[in-house]
This record gives sequence, C-alpha cells and structure tokens, in this order.
Amino acid sequence: MPEERKPKFTNLSNIEIKRVYTPDDAKDIDYSKEIGLPGEFPFTRGIHPTMYRGRLWTMRQFAGFGTAEETNKRFKYLLQHGETGLSTAFDMPTLMGYDSDHPMSQGEIGRCGVAIDTIIDMDILFDGIPLDKVTVSMTINAPAAVIFAMYIAVAEKRGIPLTSIGGTIQNDMLKEYIAQKEWIYPPGPALRLIRDTIVYSAKNLPKWHPISISGYHIREAGSTAAQELAFTLYDGLTYVEDVVKAGLSLDEFAPRLSFFFNSHNDFFEEIAKFRAARRIWAKEMKKRYNPKNPRSLMLRFHTQTAGCSLTAQQPYNNIVRVALQALAAVLGGTQSLHTDSMDETYAIPTEEAVMIALRTQQIIAHESGVANTVDPLGGSYYVEALTKKMEDAAYEYFKRLDKLGGMVSAIEKGFPQKEIKDAAYAYQKEVDSKERIIVGLNEFVTEEKTPVEVFKLHPDTERRQIKRLQEVRRTRDAKRLNNALEALKKAAQGNENLMPFLIEAVKAHGTLGEICDTLKSVFGIYKEPIV
Amino acid sequence: MERYYTSFEPLRRASIRASKTINEMCLRMKILLAKIGLDGHDRGVKAVRDALINAGVEVVYIGLHKTPEEIVEASIQNKVDVIGISSLTGAHHVIFPKVFELLKEKGLNIPVFAGGIIPDEDIPQLKVMGVRVVFQPGTELDEIVRQVKKLAK
Repeated sequence: MPEERKPKFTNLSNIEIKRVYTPDDAKDIDYSKEIGLPGEFPFTRGIHPTMYRGRLWTMRQFAGFGTAEETNKRFKYLLQHGETGLSTAFDMPTLMGYDSDHPMSQGEIGRCGVAIDTIIDMDILFDGIPLDKVTVSMTINAPAAVIFAMYIAVAEKRGIPLTSIGGTIQNDMLKEYIAQKEWIYPPGPALRLIRDTIVYSAKNLPKWHPISISGYHIREAGSTAAQELAFTLYDGLTYVEDVVKAGLSLDEFAPRLSFFFNSHNDFFEEIAKFRAARRIWAKEMKKRYNPKNPRSLMLRFHTQTAGCSLTAQQPYNNIVRVALQALAAVLGGTQSLHTDSMDETYAIPTEEAVMIALRTQQIIAHESGVANTVDPLGGSYYVEALTKKMEDAAYEYFKRLDKLGGMVSAIEKGFPQKEIKDAAYAYQKEVDSKERIIVGLNEFVTEEKTPVEVFKLHPDTERRQIKRLQEVRRTRDAKRLNNALEALKKAAQGNENLMPFLIEAVKAHGTLGEICDTLKSVFGIYKEPIV
Repeated sequence: MERYYTSFEPLRRASIRASKTINEMCLRMKILLAKIGLDGHDRGVKAVRDALINAGVEVVYIGLHKTPEEIVEASIQNKVDVIGISSLTGAHHVIFPKVFELLKEKGLNIPVFAGGIIPDEDIPQLKVMGVRVVFQPGTELDEIVRQVKKLAK
C-alpha cells in the first residue's frame, strides 16, 4: 500500500475514519429496522416520503438590528428576494430581560439584534407582514414567554385568529445553561415557563412551535458533533418528560416540537449526525410513550451553518464554507435553513452579504439537483456506518447523564459545560499546531487584509429606542399595569399557567424589564457554576 | 574537579534558591479574566484561561456579564498583576473607558489586555485609553500566553 498523508484520519468528533468502507461496515445495520423508507419509522432517511420533491426547505435568514423599524425593513427586503420565512434576532438586553434604559444595556442596544421593550416595538417590527401567511421564528429564551405574549397580543390586535399563526420561539433554557449562557431564572422556574408556553400553545396555537430544542449553541461553544447530538436530544427528552408529567399526552404536543442543529465543516459527519438524530428521537419517543400519531415520532429541525467555523481572515472563503455546510444540511434532510453571511465574524451582515448567503441556498435548491431525490446518501457504506457511530456516541452520553441524575443535575455539576470546554480547547490546540488546517488562518495565509464593508449601526439607535420606551411609560394606564403585574406575581407564586397573565401584562404596556423583574422577585436569579 | 564545585556549593545553593524565588514569582503571577457584555460567548476566554493555567499562571476567572465595577473590585480583592477582558458584542467602546476611569479613581496601574471581536479600526482608540494588547480572532494560544506573561513583568 502506498503511504498515506497521515497516520490516522479522524472527523471533528474524533471518530477514526477508515480508508474505505465496504458492505462489511453496514452488515449489522438492519435496513428495515434502522433505516427504512423516508416518512417511515425510524425516519433515518427523512420525515416526509417525498421530502424536497414535495416542498423545498424553508429559507429562513436570521435577521435583526437597531430599532424595530430598521429590522422591519430588512425583513421586507429578504421576503422580496425570495426568502420564505422570517427569523428574528433580538439584541442582548432583550435576550437578558433588560429594558433599553437599564444601566446593563448601555452600548448593547440594537447591536446584535433588534431592541424590543414593549408591545409597541413588536407591532412595528411586523408592520405590513401578514402573520397568518409568513411563519416567524424568534430566537428568544429566558424571556421567551413574554415575547411570545407580545406576538400573540399583536396578532389579536390585528384580528388574526391564533389558530392561523405559525412560527417558533426558541424557548430552550437547558442549552442556555449548557452553552449560550443567556439566563435569568434558575432551572426550576425556567422549566415551568417552558412547560406553560408548550401547554398554552398546544391548546390555543395549533400551528405554533413553542420550542426549538437547540444544539446550535452547544456546537458554537466548542462541542463535538457527537456532544451536540447527545446533549440536544437529552434536553429534548427532559422537556418531554416534564410536559407529560404536567398531564399532556405526547400526541397533544410532540408534533409541534422542533429542533435546531449546527452544520459544521466535516461534511459526512454532519449528514450522519442529522440522520442519527431522527433515528434516536423516533426510537426514544416510541419506546417511552408509544404515541398513536406518527408525527409525535418525527424530529423536525432547522439548521444554521457554523458561525464559529468562519474566519475573519480571507472572509470570501467563508462563502465556500457556508455552501458546503448548507449542502450537508440539505443532504441531512433539514426542514429549514439559515446560511451565514461571509462577513459575520465582523458584525451584523451587510445586505449584499446576506444576499449571497440566500442565493447559496437557492443554487443548492434549484441548480445542484440534490433536491430531486430523497436521502441520496442512504445506503452509502460510509454514511450508514457513521450514522450508527454517531448514534452509539449519543447513547454513551445518555448513560453518563442518567448516572448524574438527569440534565438539570448534570448542569449544576458542570458536566456538559466541562465536556464542551475541553473539546473547544482540544480543537484550538489542533488548529494552533496545524493538525487541523483552516484555510487562510493557519495555512495558505496571505499578508494583506481583504477589505470588506462592515455593517454600521445607526448612531442614533440608542437614543431613539429609549425615547420611545419612556414615551410608553409616560402615556400608559398605570392602574391597569399595576393590576396586571400584581396578578402575574400571584400566579407565579402558585401553579397556574402564566401565559394569560403575561398576555395581559404586555397589553397593559408592561415593559419586558418590568415583567421579567416581577418574575425575578418570585423565581430568583441563576448563578452559574464556573467550570 | 569535583572538589572545585564542592567549594562553591553554598553559592550554588543560594543561586538555586534565588532562581526558585523568581520561578515562584512567575508562578504567583496572578491574572484576572472577565467577560463583559450581556452575551454568553465564553469559549475564547475559557480557552485563554486554560492555556494560562497550563503555562503555570494563576488565573482568577470571574465569569460572564461583568460590569466595570465588578472587574475592578475583583482585581483589588485578588491583588492581580494583570487584567484580561473579553468582549464580543461590540460594547467595548462603552465599557473599557469605564474600567480605566475606575482604575484611575482607585489609583491602580494594572496592565489591561483585551480579546474578542474588536475591529481593527477600534484598536488605536483602545490603546490610547490604556489597553496594552488586543488579541483578535485567529491568535494562537501560545502567543497570547507569551505576551500576557510579558505584561506582568
């Protein structure tokens, strides 16, 4: 045999890759039990029998900056250019439940997303956008129930029946404690708020996805693909158990659960991860709850290409990275996709960069031919063997998490956080030592910097936002608000579903900060165990 | 020959003692790391922390979402030699001036370095403010350790 480039080939989960895969590698994988047809248990090949031959994935670009007016304009720009769903990025104060005039908000208003303080902002954000026709995803977690209440209140104000609005709130706090780290309350009350939104949504908004169980941020924090898969699915199992305990049957809410994964650099590893995710979820749902509705077994997911894989050096290379990652997501059977823009390592993307990212999806959809058949890689000895490896790796982590007493207890012990941190450090060391080549970063380096146009926030954003907030505070009915917040506090002390109280509080023009503070006074705040 | 060395034994021992003290001083070099801003991007700051610890530096990492007041207070309490601040939201232009204001108020002259998403064009301004080094994305961990160790001297 001729000599090979390296003594050992591994993917990003450190799974060793063989020189060649043969029928031997897939011989223990029972086709009918483990793979099957698309649209059939265990859904390894996809959740629909026709997949993209029926309908293409939703092209959903994450967008948000400045004030509600500016983001509304960007939304309309994206829809005009063929985007098929909206995805909202909120600024850091909104994500943490602070009003724009809170001291902690200084310097952060509208910078990484749109600033939302009250229902007035929410109304402007979706001005002229038909909420019963366009689905809207909102990346919001700790204050998700409040933002959800604002969205519901805006729809009601416009006379749109709640049964007709579709969309998603991310609303996944376990991954916040694990990876993204934007929290307010401790895990107990956080899980209760999530339960309340799932239950409320199951009864009132049948087209809504009340949670998007997310591995994206776990991966961005530096996990391996196997860790992303394991921790995300285990989070999902935790939420399901919690809602079932609250008295709902799986069929009442599971068809509306959604997932969110990352698509990183190792092409086949990512495809295997997506396929394994569907298989594990279907098996676990069937084993644990044996639901009647097959939709309760299906793992639906959104994908975003890996922001952490992009380089500030030679930024045009990112267009190519994103295209490959997006292709992996499509071959993995995603339901919706965000493609990162090449300039995102610097700031919020410019319109031109977003356009290239969207066009990347359109080229995959309409020119490459990969959408013409379902799961074209099914049956590949390599992909099937790797899918099995990913599944096994996830189950190994499930065992360790079970031993630690479940996810909340594992988080309190710092277990997933430490696993991720160690993986991130190991990866960085591999890049530093050039064991992993990142083009333009540690190899094929050029001295001169590529000039890119960087997005600039309107300098007046902060002043305008605070002015509007204070105007709302000045003109609202103080008595109605006080009653609403009082009622919310009482409900939080008891066991009632908090959604109706939150909806009344936002209609009474309560600010996001005031409502979150009311809940903080009952729930307390989270302190992280530093690992 | 052996005799020759032996006669210098007390001196040799003294010199070992001295170099040990220098090493210990190096080991005792204490660095405070903090993450400013409301975001939770602590992947970078944790990698830097672990790299410094592996290089024998004592690191006090105080965690996420820290205010300038909390950073300066923790620096005083822990008697650190260097402060490192990670920023990824673009709020550096608001938060760094406050850190230096507070340090000045307390009469402290602790070297400060920064890391994270900080555009080229903002670096001169941060340097004028007093930030000694800015580490941008793509910097090797060993390079960060080398430069931070220099700051403490």
